[in-house]
Amino acid sequence: MKHVISIQDFSVEEIIDVLDRAERMVKTARGQTVSDFLKGKVLACIFYEPSTRTRLSFETAMNRLGGAVVGFAGPEASSVVKGETLADTIRMVSAYADAVVLRHPREGAARLAAEFSDVPILNAGDGAGQHPTQTMLDLFTIRTEMGRLEGLNISLVGDLRYGRTVHSLAIALAKLGNTINLVSPEGLEMPSEVVGYLRDTGKFGMACHFPEDVIAETDVLYVTRIQKERFPDPVEYEKVAGVYRVDPELVARGPEDMIILHPLPRVNEITPEVDSLPQAKYFVQAFNAVPVRMALLSMVMGGERNA
Amino acid sequence: MPKKFMKVERIEHGTVIDHILPGMAFDVLRVLGLSNDRGMSILINSHSKKGGKKDILKIEDVELSGEEASRVALISPQATINIIVEGKVVKKFYAEAPKVVRGILTCSNPNCISRQKEPVISEFRLSSDEGHRYVCAYCERDIIDLAKRVRS
Repeated sequence: MKHVISIQDFSVEEIIDVLDRAERMVKTARGQTVSDFLKGKVLACIFYEPSTRTRLSFETAMNRLGGAVVGFAGPEASSVVKGETLADTIRMVSAYADAVVLRHPREGAARLAAEFSDVPILNAGDGAGQHPTQTMLDLFTIRTEMGRLEGLNISLVGDLRYGRTVHSLAIALAKLGNTINLVSPEGLEMPSEVVGYLRDTGKFGMACHFPEDVIAETDVLYVTRIQKERFPDPVEYEKVAGVYRVDPELVARGPEDMIILHPLPRVNEITPEVDSLPQAKYFVQAFNAVPVRMALLSMVMGGERNA
Repeated sequence: MPKKFMKVERIEHGTVIDHILPGMAFDVLRVLGLSNDRGMSILINSHSKKGGKKDILKIEDVELSGEEASRVALISPQATINIIVEGKVVKKFYAEAPKVVRGILTCSNPNCISRQKEPVISEFRLSSDEGHRYVCAYCERDIIDLAKRVRS
């Protein structure tokens, strides 16, 4: 039984296999072709935390493959309020469904769920921990838009310390043979273990505080949100946020074929004027969540046969 | 000519744990869960012939098992274990740090699922690099301040 808990559990070959599957799903994801690949299967989406994109794209993915979805969003709708453990909830839900998508506020929740589940668990984010399906869709977007997934200069911008999805993305990109630049405000730098990994694999480009310093050499500008709550002083936040604002002027200083990604939701890291530029690919990235999650659902529930 | 004194007496039967990281002797005792009704001597920040400082523990009438030795290595990987019988060292070995540690440590991440009310036994894996890092099998984070995370 294959769970999707952490990107670290996937070899390069397995990642490529997921991306290849996703590519074959695009037409169905757009509704241009109809699939009943997972007809008769039930997916449980249990979300202990709010989510828009992740939950809706998983539900859409399951529906596009002809399957059904059950679940809850928010712990108040579940037995958590009665004091039920996650282990017990998972035992129960895994008896009803053929796979379980889980979002939970505690790190390691999906790993624990996998121990108690009779069906595959897909981690849709565990606290500040892993979010492997987001990493997969980021990789898919880069490959689709750039035509390759190796030998690229990728600049990760924003809060690189607390956003752990960015950690897994950096490691996965380095594993695939790309060079990583790290652009973050002071105090929100990438943790040393990730930087160490990039250095050891020879995939560390440079670390700096200003996007201007790397933009000219960047193939993929991956922007993340800088959270206000990380700054005790709101004035400090405003100062930092201003430096990390991607606007048409900054984009013009990069290569013409550069692409800009963002896992969304954005606040004001990317100005609305950028949306209409050919480099802006974050809404394509949001759409790609559907074929990638279709690929993962078909993989864990449909086995080796092709969707 | 100044008279030479031994700081701590030799023991006749028992275990001498040498080359404990300086300042960690009490943590080693805690990890071993030894009761304080035994004869034991503790040397803190003793000068090491190899240079630097070390702690030494001499425990009377106890022969450390392999499992106990690996608990020592968990927090002090360079420690050597000497088994003493009738005043002589009959066995000397390096304690080997366990590759997987179940149940003994508590994760240092307060938001880790293994620290919640769940039917779960904590599990840590020794990282493959040389850093003597233990990584939580659940939240995938390095354990911080390892000696303090050992359950008594």
